[in-house]
Amino acid sequence: MEFLVIQTLNGLSYGLLLFLLSAGLTLIFSMMGVLNFAHASFYMVGAYFGYQITRWIGFWPGVVLAPLLVGIIGMLVERYGLRAVHKHGHVAELLFTFGLAYLIEEAVHLIWGRAAVDYSVPASLDGALFTLFGSSFPLYRAFMAATAIAMLGAIYLVLTRTRTGLVIQAALSHPQMVEALGHNVPRVFMLTFGGGSALAGLAGAVGGPAFVTDPGMAAAIGPIVFVIVVVGGLGSLAGAFIASVLIGLLQTFSVALNWSLAGLLDIAAPADTFLGEVLNLTLAQAAPMLPYLIMVLMLIVRPRGLMGTRET
Amino acid sequence: MTTLRFRPLDVGRWFVWGTFAVTLALLPLVFRQGFALTLLCQMGIMIIFALSYNMLLGQTGLLSFGHAVYMGLGAYFAIHALGLAGAGRLMLPVTLVPLAGGVCAALVGALVGWVTTRRAGVAFAMISLGIGEMVHAMSLMFPAFFGGEGGVSADRVVGAPVLGISYGPAIQVYYLIAFWTFISVAAMFALTRTPLGRIANAVRDNPERVEFIGYSAHAVRFRMFVLSAFFAGLAGGLAAINYEIVTAESVSTVRSGAVLLAAYIGGIGVFFGPAIGAVIFTYFQTAMSGITKAWLLYLGLLFIAIVMFAPGGLAMIVLQNLRVLRAGRLGRLLPHYGWAAAAALVALAGFAGLVELIYHTAAAGAAPEMRVFWTTVRPFEPGAWLVFAALLAAGATGYRAAWRRVRSAWDAVQREIGPA
Amino acid sequence: MSTPALRLERVEKRFGKTRVIQGVDLEVRRGERHAIIGPNGAGKSTLFNLISGRHPVSGGRILLGGADITGETPYRINRRGLARSFQVTNLFGNLSAFDNLRCAVLWSRGYRYAFWRPLAGARDANQRADQVLEEIGLARRRDTLAAVLSYAEQRALEIGIAIAGGADVILLDEPTAGMNRAETAAAMALIRRVTEGKTLVMVEHDMNVVFGLADRISVLVYGEVIATGTPAEIRANRRVQEAYLGHAA
Repeated sequence: MEFLVIQTLNGLSYGLLLFLLSAGLTLIFSMMGVLNFAHASFYMVGAYFGYQITRWIGFWPGVVLAPLLVGIIGMLVERYGLRAVHKHGHVAELLFTFGLAYLIEEAVHLIWGRAAVDYSVPASLDGALFTLFGSSFPLYRAFMAATAIAMLGAIYLVLTRTRTGLVIQAALSHPQMVEALGHNVPRVFMLTFGGGSALAGLAGAVGGPAFVTDPGMAAAIGPIVFVIVVVGGLGSLAGAFIASVLIGLLQTFSVALNWSLAGLLDIAAPADTFLGEVLNLTLAQAAPMLPYLIMVLMLIVRPRGLMGTRET
Repeated sequence: MTTLRFRPLDVGRWFVWGTFAVTLALLPLVFRQGFALTLLCQMGIMIIFALSYNMLLGQTGLLSFGHAVYMGLGAYFAIHALGLAGAGRLMLPVTLVPLAGGVCAALVGALVGWVTTRRAGVAFAMISLGIGEMVHAMSLMFPAFFGGEGGVSADRVVGAPVLGISYGPAIQVYYLIAFWTFISVAAMFALTRTPLGRIANAVRDNPERVEFIGYSAHAVRFRMFVLSAFFAGLAGGLAAINYEIVTAESVSTVRSGAVLLAAYIGGIGVFFGPAIGAVIFTYFQTAMSGITKAWLLYLGLLFIAIVMFAPGGLAMIVLQNLRVLRAGRLGRLLPHYGWAAAAALVALAGFAGLVELIYHTAAAGAAPEMRVFWTTVRPFEPGAWLVFAALLAAGATGYRAAWRRVRSAWDAVQREIGPA
Repeated sequence: MSTPALRLERVEKRFGKTRVIQGVDLEVRRGERHAIIGPNGAGKSTLFNLISGRHPVSGGRILLGGADITGETPYRINRRGLARSFQVTNLFGNLSAFDNLRCAVLWSRGYRYAFWRPLAGARDANQRADQVLEEIGLARRRDTLAAVLSYAEQRALEIGIAIAGGADVILLDEPTAGMNRAETAAAMALIRRVTEGKTLVMVEHDMNVVFGLADRISVLVYGEVIATGTPAEIRANRRVQEAYLGHAA
């Protein structure tokens, strides 16, 4: 029972972090039609900036400053990079962000080296929020979830209560119309790209201590974010939310469960044949593959995703 | 009345392919060192892989982020075939093992391709990414086929030598790779001149219109997908023979990204473009990585530069300049190119110096002195930093000025010789 | 009474709640040149899209030479002998004019998805492409990429792609759109030449072209056919005059 509660909370907090990441990606894609391959790279940069600022000043300044810095970088990238490629089409934009991901990863290698850095939970947030029959739910995870919820609440307010927010909402489904109506779309683009990147940076600054902060973290979480955005439906924040929570729960539970087909069917399968391997495969072992399986199936069966407004 | 048909020998075509074959055959005599032979072998494999990738991207308009799956699976099938042949359970000469890799990869491609080629564009790209990640995740789940963490190894020397060929020495492996490279390149080139190849181009340009001239875009994409997987698997088979081991890295997204980088840098709009990109990529990966740890950074910068300023790739730049050469006007551009290149080199030197300094100082416990560009510098004092920064700034400014000259000279020449 | 080349029975098309095409009955006789005219927004291009399979119908049937093609994919309809051109030029931009035509010929000449024989050896396809190139007057632009052709040349190539495959029923969607007087006259002559012996259905706004080429005319207004008949009959029809032509015609 306590396993269920703790794991659910773990899955939810992870899912909320994923939503923080995928919300930014959804906003950028819906606004500008660009599937930003470097989005997870901004996540990584946020974590590394958070680490560095923590070392120089402190954790709390880090959590505030790192996303801002990443947001500024994002705006610069949009202004001087993406905008120049825009005229070559969507594929060129995709490839630009793809190359950018390489550059950012190499820059991180350059500055911080290839090994993981010690970006750890500060003492004030260490420990358990509560303990249930011996299993504890970390305080830091709760902090992560709280930050995500607070940030998303802020986004909701911006989107629905401010003029820029209204423009962004409209552009989520009808970008050309918004431009035709005379809004300063390039500036909105820059703000959206910067804002989305800042969200990614915040996710990194907050998520870094909970998970490992190393140069491979972008490549580890990037594809998962794509899965979420595709499964939830491109252009839909609500869909991204549902998919984030689902994937968060799926990944958390599947690594903890040792179910296998052989166990379920109650048969003994020889270990070194291929069929035997399939039957003996536990859910925990298959866990890394599951999100991608879901994405592929979704793209085949329902390319619009769960709640998408535009088809891929 | 029958007409007599007389077809003179197409000298041009025989000359080009003949030169290609002779070059492949004679390269080892020029590059004698063992290291150079290794490099050539890797280049041959990468050329086949990159050209197979361009069958999808440049020719049919399909952007794939998971092409390594087919090369990797071809490698796995091939290494198992090698193992079986070595144990006497499979009568397959080593020379034909790459073919087995190709056929098996094509079968996987047929299975996967039928469903995934229904759509092009972003949907196809995402599916390919998903499948790539899936197969990579699976590679650790099924050790019987994938060999787990250590991968699968086999001996490429199988049985007694035939006509003195055992594939033990590296030079013999090189000629095997050169042989298959020649055949693959010729076959893929011939494919571009078949009905399927041309209709694939039409699908790339306008998949909707293709349906109104009697072709199912899906069916065309599917066939190109399977053929592309075949050649990728063939490259994988050669890699299996070359390294005698296949690990999970061969189906990784890193590999898929690498071939995209290589093909695009070379130029996806020209047949031989990705081959150029393959050579450059392999050179950076193998030779440059010994000189600097930042080789992938430079490659990434080159890729971004191509995306932003020269989307046709290096091959297109070469072709455009060849056109100017044929019009006899290249001489006018050369001095401007020279100045731009000089400025770029200065900027590059400054940049490279800064990169090396950063690498050095970022590492813990770094020595107070280091060697860069054949001189000794002190990275913990501002002197070297200022020098390199100045070089970068000067080079960048000079480049901008020189480039403006190149631009106007280029535009003037283009106006004279008219549109393509 | 031979089977009509093309027949529409109570064809309907709805986009959401809007009925764009409402209960259209149309019959095109074999070998005739039939024009469809009507004000903007009447649904003429939509009708073409329904016939050629680009969009599915919401109701009714479409018969090509007696065979039901309702809901078929565009390529199946094309293989049965119906080809169309597009109002907005829709070419293969990176292929030469010659290659555009050759691609349009390949399926009908039986080349299918062949990858084991060279295109250069497909003599009949090459000859047919050159022939059509000649007919549409683009022989000297043979190797020019379609994307860099002039507008009128592209429109000619549009027509060429539609007729190259040898389909019996040709649909031309505003073939002279955007052309000046001289270009239109040339296009008219071209269309008359290349649709000799074939069935032609044409959407047009230029009344000179319509009255000069058509054997029969159908008038489409707000998704309904309000009149069908010979040019003289249509000119005299009161409803058509009110809705479209104006009394001076």
